[in-house]
Amino acid sequence: MTTTMAIVFFLQAALVSGTPLLFATLGEIITERAGNLNLGVEGMMLMGAVSGFAVSLFTQNAWYALFAAMLAGAAGALIYAVLTVSLRANQVVTGLTLTIFGTGLSGFLGQRMMGEVVPEAVKLVFKPVSLPVLGDIPYLGPIFFQQDPLVYLGYVTAIVAGLYLYRTRLGLNLRAVGENAAAADAASINVSLYKYVHILLGGALCGLGGAYLSLVYIPAWQENVTAGRGWIAVALVIFATWNPYRALVGSYLFGGLDIIGFRIQGTGFPVSQYMIDMLPYLVTILILVVVSFRKSKENAPPKGLGIPYFREER
Amino acid sequence: MLRIVKKAEMTKTKQIGIRILAVILALLTAALLIFAMDLNPLAVYGGMLKGAFGSAYRIREVVIEATSLTIASLGIAIAFRMQFWNIGGEGQILMGAFAATYFALHFPDLPAFFLLSTMIIAAMIGGGLWAMIPAFFKAQWKTNETIITLMMNYIALKWVMYLQFGPWKDPTALGFPKIPNFTANAILPKVFGVHIGWIFALILVFLVAVFLNHSKKGYEIAVLGESEQTALYAGINVKRTIITAVFWSGALCGLVGMIQASALNNTLSIEVSEGIGFTAIITTWLAALKPVVILLVSVLFAALVQGASYIQTAFGIPQAAAELLQGMILFFVLGSEFFIRYRFVLDRAPLGGLEEEMNK
Repeated sequence: MTTTMAIVFFLQAALVSGTPLLFATLGEIITERAGNLNLGVEGMMLMGAVSGFAVSLFTQNAWYALFAAMLAGAAGALIYAVLTVSLRANQVVTGLTLTIFGTGLSGFLGQRMMGEVVPEAVKLVFKPVSLPVLGDIPYLGPIFFQQDPLVYLGYVTAIVAGLYLYRTRLGLNLRAVGENAAAADAASINVSLYKYVHILLGGALCGLGGAYLSLVYIPAWQENVTAGRGWIAVALVIFATWNPYRALVGSYLFGGLDIIGFRIQGTGFPVSQYMIDMLPYLVTILILVVVSFRKSKENAPPKGLGIPYFREER
Repeated sequence: MLRIVKKAEMTKTKQIGIRILAVILALLTAALLIFAMDLNPLAVYGGMLKGAFGSAYRIREVVIEATSLTIASLGIAIAFRMQFWNIGGEGQILMGAFAATYFALHFPDLPAFFLLSTMIIAAMIGGGLWAMIPAFFKAQWKTNETIITLMMNYIALKWVMYLQFGPWKDPTALGFPKIPNFTANAILPKVFGVHIGWIFALILVFLVAVFLNHSKKGYEIAVLGESEQTALYAGINVKRTIITAVFWSGALCGLVGMIQASALNNTLSIEVSEGIGFTAIITTWLAALKPVVILLVSVLFAALVQGASYIQTAFGIPQAAAELLQGMILFFVLGSEFFIRYRFVLDRAPLGGLEEEMNK
């Protein structure tokens, strides 16, 4: 195998490993654009992972499984939305609780599925498909266009999310809600409705990201299958400066970092695997620090992020 | 139309009453879940009580669990008072345990008192320094601490894994990846059948209460937590306050690491933290960041964890049920806080608000 081929294979795998991050990051971007910081990403991903997996076992149907995963993620987000939007609870603590709850739920439901593998009928659906013409482009074809359907869905979701945010009326309203809820309210935008819808949408995407891990990436049940990816997604939102297109770049970059330790292990590289495994976390910290000390207006978070909005206290 | 109105300050008893009601509602909701599993909720809860307090041995286990949880929660409370969201308790526990283990492995023959004291100080410095890294970034550039403290948990975990599978691997363990056991000198003594940590916990509850409520630094931490603007206006050195407070937050978690490694595991492993750093977040919030209440809530949660491990064997309910129940309890308490601060008013006429004003 030539070095070029090795690099192509590596990048191809980086996209696969980055796809769950991409869904979760997009979900969290949409949530945060509504002004809500939901730290329950990890929990919602796990809820999606376990629900999707269970449904795939029972129904042998890939699409039901994905739908269940999105529903589960949205259900987790609904708890968060009721508490933070309607009952005005602290967003940070509620999000953390959602992560603890989701972790518990996936451990609870998953215990009986330990060691089970995804049914063949479902695996078949998630087999890589080479896209006509595009898949034949040298180098780029294998990297981008000989992937499984969900990787393609990832591209589409990112682009749709970007178009929605920047090119539609609804997206504009959403950004208004996140920037200045009081002003949005004055412009007769239903702030609570916008928050609910987008928090739930965000949760559904996190659930989908989790399901990608348990159904496609692993594809078997193992406890705590996310291993902190939900948190990396939260950091990636900052890296992507709340921009869905940049989320594509960030997710695939981290997808690469995530697998590099494993890939490098066989090459006789003289550094412990455990040290290399620290990389994604170290780079996340580094990025957060760099972003924070070169604060610029354009890359700033939504102004209303984390600030609860109550009309009565306006 | 239904409107939401801010309440006048509620009495303490009423506030506590609402929180207890929330916990009961959470337990009832969980009971439905148990019922759905074709089990008798009463029997399961009874089993949990038995598992927690059914014998002298079980009570001792609860005290052991509560000790670590109390100390970690006190640490978390210091940071949370300042609205510094330290969710890196797990990592700080591991790094504390790592620092203590360094001395336990390298000076195994020191007299017990000196060795244990050194291990305690090392653990506190280890955990404190580990927490200071995100605190420094926060103080310097307002870097989001939530994610960094969490990322550092994973780094600490990989670091201990590296030691466990690499340089500190026990050569006599026949290739099994474990770090050598401590000598007897490096193991905390027992008082009334439980390691001495429980006495530390009681003393620390008192010390942290005094620190937070009656010291200048504690006051500065509280002001900073309310508003950085106010803190600056009051002439508080914001950067130094952040770094000092978070150091102590991490130091207490580090101490938990030493206790876990020395008294319970007798060695360092990736299991020493046992999720205490996360559970402590829940207990701290439930206790409204108050040290004495933390002690109480920690004992209850320790009982819950012990009870859950008992029902695992007795009823075949997964251990994760404990986490699930903890999450549910906190959800209900978070929701209940709304009813402490607000009340609903039903407006009959469009001018209902006015009528409301007039009725005052």
